[in-house]
Amino acid sequence: MFAKTLKGAWYSLWGAVLLLGAGNSYADYPINLTRGVTDISNKVFDLHMLIFWICVGACVLVFAVLIYSIFTHRKSKGAVAAEFHESTTVEIIWTTIPFLVLVAMAVPATTTLLALEDTRDSDMSIQVTGYQWKWKYDYLDDDISFFSVLTTPREQIEGDAPKDDTYLMDVDNPIVVPINKKIRFLITSNDVIHSWWVPALGWKQDAVPGFINDAWTELTEPGTYRGKCAELCGKDHGFMPIVLVAKTQEDYDAWVEEQKGAAAAAADAATATLTMDELMAKGETAYNSHCAACHQANGAGIPGVFPAIAGSAVAIGDVAKHIDIGINGVPGTAMQAFGEQLSAVDLAAVITYQRNAFGNDTGDMVQPADIVAAK
Amino acid sequence: MSSSNGGYYLPAPSHWPIVGSVGMFLMLFGFASFLHGSSALVMSAGAVIIVVMLFGWFGTVINESLSGKYNSQVDTSFRMGMAWFIFSEVMFFAAFFGVLFYARMWSIPWLAGGSNNVMTNELLWPGFEAVWPTNGPGDLGGDYQYMGPWGIPAINTLLLLSSGVTITWAHWGLKKEDRTQLILGLMATVALGVVFLGFQAYEYYHAYTDLNLKLTTGMYGSTFFMLTGFHGMHVTLGVTMLFVILIRSMKGHFTEENHFAFEAVAWYWHFVDVVWLGLFVFVYWLV
Amino acid sequence: MSTATTHDDHHDHGAPSGLMRWVTTTNHKDIGTLYLWFAFIMLLIGGAMAMVIRAELFQPGLQVVDPNFFNTMTTMHGLIMVFGAIMPGMVGLANWQIPLMIGAPDMALPRMNNWSFWILPFAGTMLLSTLFMEGGGPAFGWTFYAPLSTTFAPASTDFFIFAIHMLGFSSIMGAINIIATVLNMRAPGMTLMKMPLFVWTWFITAFLLIAVMPVLAGAVTMMLTDRNFGTSFFDAAGGGDPVLFQHVFWFFGHPEVYIMILPAFGVVSEIIPTFARKKLFGYSSMVYATASIAFLSFIVYAHHMFTTGMPVAGELYFMYATIMIAVPTAVKVFNWTATMWKGSMTFETPMLWAIAFVFLFTIGGFTGLMMGIAPADMQYHDTYFIVAHFHYVLVTGALFSIIAAFYYWAPKWTGHMVDERLGKIHFWWSVISVNVLFFPQHFIGLAGMPRRIPDYSLQFADWNMISSLGGFAFGLAQVFFIYVIIKTIRGGKAATAEVWEGSHGLEWTIPSPAPYHTFETAPEVK
Ligand code: HEA
Ligand code: HEA
Ligand code: HEC
Ligand code: CUA
Ligand SMILES: [Cu+2]
Repeated sequence: MFAKTLKGAWYSLWGAVLLLGAGNSYADYPINLTRGVTDISNKVFDLHMLIFWICVGACVLVFAVLIYSIFTHRKSKGAVAAEFHESTTVEIIWTTIPFLVLVAMAVPATTTLLALEDTRDSDMSIQVTGYQWKWKYDYLDDDISFFSVLTTPREQIEGDAPKDDTYLMDVDNPIVVPINKKIRFLITSNDVIHSWWVPALGWKQDAVPGFINDAWTELTEPGTYRGKCAELCGKDHGFMPIVLVAKTQEDYDAWVEEQKGAAAAAADAATATLTMDELMAKGETAYNSHCAACHQANGAGIPGVFPAIAGSAVAIGDVAKHIDIGINGVPGTAMQAFGEQLSAVDLAAVITYQRNAFGNDTGDMVQPADIVAAK
Repeated sequence: MSSSNGGYYLPAPSHWPIVGSVGMFLMLFGFASFLHGSSALVMSAGAVIIVVMLFGWFGTVINESLSGKYNSQVDTSFRMGMAWFIFSEVMFFAAFFGVLFYARMWSIPWLAGGSNNVMTNELLWPGFEAVWPTNGPGDLGGDYQYMGPWGIPAINTLLLLSSGVTITWAHWGLKKEDRTQLILGLMATVALGVVFLGFQAYEYYHAYTDLNLKLTTGMYGSTFFMLTGFHGMHVTLGVTMLFVILIRSMKGHFTEENHFAFEAVAWYWHFVDVVWLGLFVFVYWLV
Repeated sequence: MSTATTHDDHHDHGAPSGLMRWVTTTNHKDIGTLYLWFAFIMLLIGGAMAMVIRAELFQPGLQVVDPNFFNTMTTMHGLIMVFGAIMPGMVGLANWQIPLMIGAPDMALPRMNNWSFWILPFAGTMLLSTLFMEGGGPAFGWTFYAPLSTTFAPASTDFFIFAIHMLGFSSIMGAINIIATVLNMRAPGMTLMKMPLFVWTWFITAFLLIAVMPVLAGAVTMMLTDRNFGTSFFDAAGGGDPVLFQHVFWFFGHPEVYIMILPAFGVVSEIIPTFARKKLFGYSSMVYATASIAFLSFIVYAHHMFTTGMPVAGELYFMYATIMIAVPTAVKVFNWTATMWKGSMTFETPMLWAIAFVFLFTIGGFTGLMMGIAPADMQYHDTYFIVAHFHYVLVTGALFSIIAAFYYWAPKWTGHMVDERLGKIHFWWSVISVNVLFFPQHFIGLAGMPRRIPDYSLQFADWNMISSLGGFAFGLAQVFFIYVIIKTIRGGKAATAEVWEGSHGLEWTIPSPAPYHTFETAPEVK
C-alpha cells in the first residue's frame, strides 16, 4: 500500500518535469526502476523508494533553508551580516541527526541484502557463462546446454531498416526457467568480466573468469523478461542482451524434452555430407552471427586486435590447422573454442566459408565428419 | 616585519626538470615500443638522459649547498620531501604486500572452495586445494620448488641488518667529525649492499635453472619475483646513492650539523632494510 | 601595509621572457598558470570526446563511430578529465594560492615543482598517442579492469600504463611539495588552525595523494607484468583473481574521487564567507570533517564492487562504512548553509558558481548515498544512474569549483576584474544546460540503461536525445568561457588589492595582479 502511494507520488513529481517536455506519453520517458516480478525485486524496489524519499526529504530541507536565506539575507535587501559562528551544540546536533537517519536506512538494507544473498535450498541450478559477446547456459540437472546470441539484424543497427520494439533485446535461444522454483544461477565467464542482469529479477551479478558467483530467483508469473550485460566487456558490450522466459512447469517440461530432441537431431546431422553451395550458404549465416563481430563481415578483421580472415595464412593454408583453431580457439586470446558452441555442421560450413569467401578461393570443402573426427 | 624566512633560497630557473621529463618520456615510450618489437635504442637514450639529468640536478644542488645558500628552513623542506617520498615508496610496496595477503587469505582459499565459493571449486577447479606456495589450479609453469628461508635469504637478512649498523656507525663518525670512521662505515655499507645483490642474483639464477621457479610460476612466482625484484631494484638504487655519498665524503663534503644528503640516503637505506624484513617473514619464512 | 615589494636584490631573476621562461620557471605563479592552462586544454580535449559520446548516443543505432572507438572515447574521456583536467586544475590553484594564503615566498621545493608540471604534457602526449596506434587506444574504461585490460587489450595499453606511471609520479611530487610548503613555509603567526580552509583541504588531499598514487602505480605495474612477463596476478588459473585488480584499483580510485572534491570544498569554503560577509560558521569542525572524509575514504572503496561476488560480510561492512561518509559531508553542507544564514549576501559570479556547487553537489552526494546501499546498488550498478551521480559530483562539483575559483581569484592573477555580465551569462548558460545534460541520466539509468554502450534500446531514446542536446549546449558554454578568460587576461576594469568587499586573508593584502615575487619577507599574522 505504502509502496503504491510512493509510486504515485514519484510519478506526479516527475509528471511536472514531463509536462515541460510536452506531448509525449510516460512510456517514452521511463524514469524509475522496474518494480520487477519477484519477491526480492519488490524488496529492492521498496528499499529504493524508501531511500529515495529520505534523500528527497533531506534535500528539500537543506534547499529550503538555503533558498530562504538566499532570498532574504541579501545585502540588496539591507541585510546586515550577523556575527555568530562556532557552536559545538549545533555541530553535535547536525552530526547526530544524519547519523540516525543512516541507521534507519541501514536496517532494511541489511535484511534485504541478506535475503538477496541467500542461495541455499535451491530447486535447480543453471550455470551461466559469459563469452565475448554472448551467453552460454548449462542446465546442470538436465544436461542441456546452449548459447544465446543477439539476433537484431545489422541493418537495424546501422539504420538501414526500421527498428523493432525489441531492438537490441532479442536473442536466438532465450534462457527458459520454470516458475515457482528456486533457481540458483552459477555465474562465471570464459574470457573477460561480464555481468548478468535482468532488472525484473532485482539484481545483477558479475561473471568473473575463473570464479563462480551465485545468485537466485523465484518467479511466480510466466513471461518474458529482458536484460543486458552490465559490465564493459569489450567492443560489443552493448550487444549482448539477455532474454529470460519463465514457463509453467508443464510448458517447461515440454521445452526440456524438445531440447533433448534437438541435441539428438544435431548429432544425426553431423553424419550428413553437404554440397559446396549448402556449405557456403550455411557458412555465411554462421559466420555473420558468430565470427563477424571480430573478424568483420568482409573478413578484414580489425588491425591490431582481430586478424583478417581474408588472405590469412591459416585460412588459405593447412586445413587441419584451420579446423583446429575453429574447434579449440587460440588459448589466452579472444579467439574462443567454437567446438563447443557450434554444431559440427555449422563449424564445417563456417570453415568452408572462410576458405572460399573474401577472395580466399581455396576450393576446399570441410564436411561435418571432418569436424567430428578432429574433435 | 620579521625576516625569519626572508632568506629562503629560491632557485633560479632550471632546465633540469624539462631534461628529466624528456628523458622519462623517451625511456618509457621506448620501453613500451621495445616490448612490441622495436629496438632498445630510444629506451636507452632516455635512460642516459635521465642519468645526465640526475648528475646535473644533484650537482647543482650540491654546489648550492656547499656555497651556503641553504638555511635551516630549506634543509627542513628537503627533509620533509625525502621523508614523504619514502612514505610513498612504502605505499608502493604495501600494494604488493596487499596482493600477497589477498592471494593467500582469499583468492587461493576461494579457488579451493572456501567462503561463498564452493561451486567455484566444484565446477571450475575440481580437486584444487588451498596450499601456499602454489602456482594455482592451472598448474602454471609446471612443477617447481619454492625458495626456503634458511639459505641465502637468511644470509641476506644478516647482511642487510649489519649494513644498517654500519651506516649508523658511519653517521656517528660524521657527527663527531671522524672522517675515517665515516668513510669506513660507508664503504662497509656499500660492500654489504653489493654482496647482498650478488647473492640475490645468484638466488634468481638458482630459481630459474634449478627450481623451475619463474615469474610464470602462478601466484607464488608472481609475488615472489615482484616483491623481491622491486626490493632488489631499490637496493641497487640505495647502493648507488650510498656510493655517491661515499665519494662526496671522501671529497670532504658534509659537516657535522649539515649533512642532509647523508641522512636522506641513510633513511632510504633503513627503509629498504625494513622492507626486506617484511619480505623475509612473509615471502620466505611463512610458507 | 602591503608586504609585497618586487625588490630583487638577492635574486638575479625577475620574470624572464620568451618560451624558456615557462619551460624553466621555478616560480609558483608561473607554474600555477601552466597547470591551469594545461587543465583547461585537457578539459577541451576530454570535452570534445564527451561530445563524440553524446553525438553517438543522440539516437539509437550506430551513426557516428564504431563500437570500439566509442569505448575508446569513453575511456579516454574519463582518464583525461580525471588526470588531465580536474587534478591538474586543482594543483594549479594550489600553486597559485597556497603560498599567497600562508605568506610564503614560494613553494618549498620550487625546482621539483617545475618538474611535477612538466611531466604532465609528456604523459598527456603519451596517453593521446595511443589513439593513433594499431588496434586503437585503450577501450576498457577509465577503471581498466583486468582481464579486459590485460589479456584482451591492444598493444597501445603498454603506453597507457607508462602514461599512468608518469602522471602518478608527477602527482606524488606535487603532493610532497604541498605538504612541505604547508608544514614549513607558513609565515610567523600562521598557525595550522589559522590557515585558510582551502590550504587545509589541499594539505589533507596531499596526504591522500601520497598514500594512493603509489598503489595505482602498483596496479598498472602488475598489469604490465601480466601482459608481458607471464605473471598471473589477475588470472585465476595461477591462483590470482581478476577481482583483485579491482581491489587494488579502488583502493586508489575511491580516495581519488575525494582528491578531486576536497580542494573543491576548500574553494567553496573561501568564497561563501566572502560574499556572505560573515565568518565561516564552524572553522574547526570543517577541518575535522575534511580529515574524517579523508580517513573514511580509505576504508569504503569496495562499494564499487558490490556485484563482484564479495562474501556478504564484506558487502555489509562496506555498505555501513560508505554511508557513514554522509555524516562529515553533512557537516560541510550544513556549515555552508549556516554561513549564508543571516549573512549579507551579494551574488557576484564566483558566489553564483559556489552556490550552484552546494546545491548540485548535494544532489550528487545523495545519489551516492543511495548507491552505497548495497542491495539497491545491485540494480544501480553500471547504469547511467552512476554516470549521473558522478557527473553531479565531478562536473557540478569539482569542475564548477575550479570555475568558481577562476572567477574569484582571476582579478588577483591578472589584475583585471572579470566582466560580470559575461560571467553571469556563462553561469546561467552552464547551470541550465548541465542539468538538462545530466539530470535525465538518472531516469534512463534507473530504467535500465547500462553505461559504456554505444547503442541502446528504444525506450531510452527520448531522454538520451535531451541529454545530448544539453551536452552540446554545455559544451558551447565552455567555448564561451574561453572568450571570457582571454578577455579578462587582455584587459578589464583594474582590480584593487582587496578585490571583493568581503574578502579576508593574506592573498588580498598584496596588489593585483600579484607581483612576480611575493612575501619575500614574511608577513606577520596576528
Ligand atoms: C568527486 C567525486 C565523487 C564524490 C565526492 C563522491 C561521493 C560519494 N559517492 Fe561516488 N563516485 C564517483 C565520484 C564521487 N563520488 C565516481 C567517479 C564514481 C564512478 C566510478 C566508476 O565506476 O567509473 C562513483 C561511484 C560511486 C559508487 C559505486 C556505484 C557503482 O558503481 O555501483 C558508490 C557506491 O556506494 C558511490 C558512493 C558515494 C558516496 C556515498 C559519496 C558521499 O561522499 C556523498 C556524501 C554527500 C551527501 C550524502 C550529500 C550531502 C549531505 C547532506 C546534505 C546531509 C544530509 C545527509 C543525510 C540525512 C544522510 N559512488
Ligand atoms: C572528471 C571530470 C569529468 C568531466 C568534467 C566530465 C564532463 C562530461 N562528461 Fe563525463 N565522464 C567522466 C568524468 C567527467 N566527465 C568519467 C570518469 C567517466 C567514466 C568513464 C568510463 O566509463 O570509463 C565519464 C563518462 C561519461 C559518459 C558515459 C559514457 C559511457 O558510459 O559510455 C558520458 C555520456 O554522456 C559523459 C558525458 C560528459 C559530458 C557531456 C561532459 C561535459 O561536461 C563536457 C563539457 C566540456 C566540453 C564540451 C569542452 C568544450 C568544448 C569544445 C572542446 C568544443 C566542442 C563542443 C561542441 C561541438 C559543442 N561522460
Ligand atoms: C571474440 C572475438 C572473436 C570471434 C567471435 C571469432 N574470432 Fe577468430 N580470432 C580472434 C582473435 C583475437 C584471433 C587471433 C588469435 C591469435 O592471437 O592468434 C583469431 C584468429 C582466428 C583465426 C586465425 C587467423 C590467423 O590468421 O591467425 C581463424 C581461422 C579464426 N580466428 C576463425 C574464427 C572463426 C571460424 C570464428 C567463428 C566461428 C571466429 N574466428 C570468431 C577473435 C575472434
Ligand atoms: Cu558482456 Cu558486457
Ligand atoms: Cu567510491
